[in-house]
Amino acid sequence: MSKPVFNIALTGLNAIDSPGSGSGVIRSLREPKDFDVRIIGLAYENLEPCIYMPHLVDKTYRIPYPSEGQEALLERLRYIHAQENLHIIFPNFDSELYNFIKLEKKLADEMQIKMLLPTLEQFESRHKAVLYEFGEKAGIKVPKAKPVFSAMEIAKIAYDFRFPLVVKGKYYEAAVTYTIEQAQQHFHKISAKWGLPILLQEFVHGTELNVCGIGDGKGNLLGAVSMRKLYITDKGKAWAGITIDDDELTDLTQKFVEKSHWKGGFELEIIRNGNGEYYLLEINPRFPAWSYLTTGAGQNQAALLVNMAMGLPYEPFTSYEVGKMFIRFSEDMVVDLQDFEKISTFGEK
Amino acid sequence: MKLKRNIAISDSGFVFNPSTGDSYSLNPVGLEILTLAKAQKNKDEIRQYMLDNYLLDLDTFEKDFDDFANMLDHFNLIEK
Repeated sequence: MSKPVFNIALTGLNAIDSPGSGSGVIRSLREPKDFDVRIIGLAYENLEPCIYMPHLVDKTYRIPYPSEGQEALLERLRYIHAQENLHIIFPNFDSELYNFIKLEKKLADEMQIKMLLPTLEQFESRHKAVLYEFGEKAGIKVPKAKPVFSAMEIAKIAYDFRFPLVVKGKYYEAAVTYTIEQAQQHFHKISAKWGLPILLQEFVHGTELNVCGIGDGKGNLLGAVSMRKLYITDKGKAWAGITIDDDELTDLTQKFVEKSHWKGGFELEIIRNGNGEYYLLEINPRFPAWSYLTTGAGQNQAALLVNMAMGLPYEPFTSYEVGKMFIRFSEDMVVDLQDFEKISTFGEK
Repeated sequence: MKLKRNIAISDSGFVFNPSTGDSYSLNPVGLEILTLAKAQKNKDEIRQYMLDNYLLDLDTFEKDFDDFANMLDHFNLIEK
């Protein structure tokens, strides 16, 4: 019996030092035995490495930046769909999700393209600025945090929270600071890049843990793999990690999905302090860059999402292999100028 | 000294704590002691085994064993 072939478009092709999730998701999607995939890359930049990896991406199209708005994105997706007959889109960036969530119904009605995304309400409720309130409602500890729009506000909050203080960008980047001057410096640096507000958060010292999972949108957890970072880069990214078996982490994840009715993939960033208390630092509304580890540990969560989206049968994951490690590496590719020319001139390759 | 139930010890002396992801390497004597502890042997039984198999006096055993047990406790490998 021949297998179905799904045309899946995804973003996050930036396999760089602060990597997008694309390459990990693609590798997972190429493994299932019950379906094949044609991978359509959606790139924001001409130098996103996965564009030049034919074993991962079959064809790439440039798409407009999120700041250009939904209409520009929709127009581009109409063109891409006309060429590729897309079945599913897998957005992999926080900053683009708002546009995709807004377009979800239109893409489904007009082009029959499926996406498994959180609702706008779920997406908004996990924003860094309101995460503390979410934690209070869900019964999950979250470090105190306050959004600030001006560097002048830092001194007062620092007096309440005490140093060290974490200065966080709206979407990305964070810095641990020890003085008001340092906090102000990072406020300006991060806000120039990612906009306002900037979040000031209490610093919790401890071990960094992460969970990659999926919710079915009805309060059920369909899969979750816990990972401890073993090597962290100067950008705070995991360069190596290991799957662990931590019941409290699993309970916390269960609680998060039950309370939020999360739909789709997610990553929880958690700190376990010296007293064994767990603090939720962030909820990322998409798969993380290390998501291929979940496949390696026995939970191909990306494939499960495809089955869900396409209305095919699927079973929730109940276990995974503990002690499975990932180690990231970097490598130089040699690329012909013609390939760069195609994507930079025609916007597709 | 009761080793936590889920601690994995390989034949080469590699110890893995699946709850935390921490791993450690044991020397051959440490491996012998932890293997005995994993097999539910108590301190008296481990002491007797060591005295029977090594040229070892009681005081040295007590001091080294307590040091080792403290280290295991510090690394969160034994039940409180």
